[in-house]
Amino acid sequence: MSEKTYLQAISDGLREEMRRDKRVFVIGEDIGVYGGAFKVTLGFQEEFGAWRVIDAPLSETAIIGGCTGAAIMGMRPVAEMQFADFISCAWDQLVTVAAKQRWRAGTPVPITVRLPSGGGFSGGPFHSQNPESSFAHIPGLKVICPATPEDAKGLLASAIQDPNPCLYFEHKHLYRRIKAEVPDERYETPFGKARVHQEGDDLTVITWGAMVYTAEEAAQQLNDDGVSVEILDLRTLVPWDKQAVLESVRKTSKVLVLHEDTHTGGFGGEIAATIAEEAFEDLDAPVKRLTAPDTPVPFSPQLEKAFIPQVEDVVASLRNLAEY
Amino acid sequence: MATETAVDVVMPQMGVSVSEGTVTKWLKSEGEQVEADEALLEISTDKVDTEVPSPASGTLTQILVQEGETVEVGTKLAQIGGAPAGNGQASAAPPEPATAQAAAEAEAVSSSEGETPTAAQVEETKPEEPAPEPESEAAPAAPAARIADGATDGKSFVSPVVARIASEHGVDPGQVQGSGRGGRVTKKDILAFIDSGEPMKASAEAAAPPVVAPSTPAPAAPAPPPPQAERPAPAMPQAEPAAGETLEPMTAMRRGIAEHMRRSLDTSAHVTSAIEVDMSRVVAIRKKLKKEYEKDYGVNPTYLSFVARATVETLRDFPWINGEIRGEQIVTRNYVNLGFAVELADGKGLIVPVLKHAEGLNLLGIARGVTDIAQRARDKKLTPDEVQGGTFTITNPGGYGTFHGTPVISQPQAAILGTYAVVKRPWVIQDDRGEDVIAIRPIMNLTLTYDHRLVDGALAGRFLRDLREKLQTWDEAAY
Repeated sequence: MSEKTYLQAISDGLREEMRRDKRVFVIGEDIGVYGGAFKVTLGFQEEFGAWRVIDAPLSETAIIGGCTGAAIMGMRPVAEMQFADFISCAWDQLVTVAAKQRWRAGTPVPITVRLPSGGGFSGGPFHSQNPESSFAHIPGLKVICPATPEDAKGLLASAIQDPNPCLYFEHKHLYRRIKAEVPDERYETPFGKARVHQEGDDLTVITWGAMVYTAEEAAQQLNDDGVSVEILDLRTLVPWDKQAVLESVRKTSKVLVLHEDTHTGGFGGEIAATIAEEAFEDLDAPVKRLTAPDTPVPFSPQLEKAFIPQVEDVVASLRNLAEY
Repeated sequence: MATETAVDVVMPQMGVSVSEGTVTKWLKSEGEQVEADEALLEISTDKVDTEVPSPASGTLTQILVQEGETVEVGTKLAQIGGAPAGNGQASAAPPEPATAQAAAEAEAVSSSEGETPTAAQVEETKPEEPAPEPESEAAPAAPAARIADGATDGKSFVSPVVARIASEHGVDPGQVQGSGRGGRVTKKDILAFIDSGEPMKASAEAAAPPVVAPSTPAPAAPAPPPPQAERPAPAMPQAEPAAGETLEPMTAMRRGIAEHMRRSLDTSAHVTSAIEVDMSRVVAIRKKLKKEYEKDYGVNPTYLSFVARATVETLRDFPWINGEIRGEQIVTRNYVNLGFAVELADGKGLIVPVLKHAEGLNLLGIARGVTDIAQRARDKKLTPDEVQGGTFTITNPGGYGTFHGTPVISQPQAAILGTYAVVKRPWVIQDDRGEDVIAIRPIMNLTLTYDHRLVDGALAGRFLRDLREKLQTWDEAAY
């Protein structure tokens, strides 16, 4: 075990996969000579050479299209979108080609797309989004949202080994802020298995990514009021751990679904609907959603603070639920 | 200004199906000092008459419901401590000549529109203060959030999980003190209530002290249930009687019976099977025991006691007939709580007191129990606990000579046994040589009316056959 930042865990995990599997290569904008916008692939080109650490032209379509072809031919490409927001340029290659290929022709498409996502640093509307829900809606794609350094490494290994296109959302706000112990040896963290971030009896927060920590801070305040909050980190949205969610609902009967993505069509709606369908008789309060409002991410720090759910927002929602 | 916290006295819930009660007598008058648990008033419901103890010590500051008035369960009857609420109008208001429908509509409107403060809220607010608007949360205000803000009486809403737990444990959520918003019963409240002891026992106790909520005069305070003036009871149709007709209001009990009978027929698939029982042996044994029982115990071993004893014994082999359909599941039990339909002395209704755990009683125990509860039922001296929790019912209209009937099942039970007159009839039996001869025998008809959703005809037939067998071959030593 050694203490690593979330970013270091991703970088080390990726390097480890490249060392053990010659089929793995990385491609993206400025990831080679420059080491990537966030320096995840710093030093990779020196170690693995320009053929396995490819600086791509400014075309997300070309990157994903190229990865899809290489994957069909037996490689295990890992693409980096400089910002998750830019994935929209590659929508057609990803959604129409990569996601459908296995159903159409039976060929696996083992590509991993790394997506630095999320706000909290005044990145504005094009550099702060959390577009996971859009892709969770597309059959054929897997959606991964690690929250801890340990999961960041283990889920990346699983994504690279998975025979399907995997969208790996790494939250930028966690990159250097979150530090924790990470096992030194290689391991794979399974998909579809939620992590109980903290156990509790009175309320359940279902969330993922950076919101896990927002929920944790809020839960501490509730704990001071004598209300015990369970926090469930979904880890992956496709597949998602329905069982763990329903179990927690059965226990606490009061649920807050929390995400940084915008409200309408957000993945929280899917969770809330599933709870209503399968755990209705276990509910003691309406399932509440706390999300960003339905607007683009604002630049202004004040407005961005109003946009992204803050600790005090979560506290208010949880208190409301507790009192219900 | 209030110098002490005001505590509301409300109409208690006296049974699952009881929706209202009548104040028969105030034992204290306004301004008088009262101790906690001291008898404060007497009420009458369609099931029981009882005293209501004071929920707190203090001055009886205000009486809101006068003697003779009938109000819904949960209605504030009086206030202990605090300052008298500014508006005493509601207390003196005579029932308004509105129709029940209009009242129901008014209530529906006031409970569905969060923006409009209910009359109750207005009453709660000091006159100089503006009517409270539900506080809007930072989160987008959904209709559910408004209910949660206390704009309506949260006590009336039962959440899915509370409803499920209540049904699984046979608990009435109305008997549980709610700690949620607006007094709503939360999952924790009902689980704690069940954990606190035998719910049946607790329900009897809970029925005595009324559900109280400290009423602090803050705008966010839970709104009390609509005051009596909002829903006049009894609601009288305004039509004049035609020539030769007289009109009288339905009593609460009559309305309760009407509702239950209609609901039972709408719920269960009623089928009735009948069987004839030769009571010769029972008649002979009863004749012998009657003297002994009356002399030693002061108890009359009625035919009903014999039938009840044999029924309990037979139910042991037919758990579904002692069972219940609960949602998608079938409930069976290892005990029999035997209900007896009893006509009240004034001839104005009937009540079904329950002999708990009848499987543990011998013939004497059953005879004694039946005599006791029947007498107390006629005197309206039963406790709420004694009219709840029945698993099977016996009705005995035979005293008037009727020989057949099709009674209505007491919900949510699965069947009801009818017992009829013992009549001497020419009966074909076999003599010592196996020849058919006609003899005079005391014959009693028994009917089993059962819910065909759960009990099939063949099962009912076997039950009646076994019951007849037990009566015809009565084993004195065993019973």
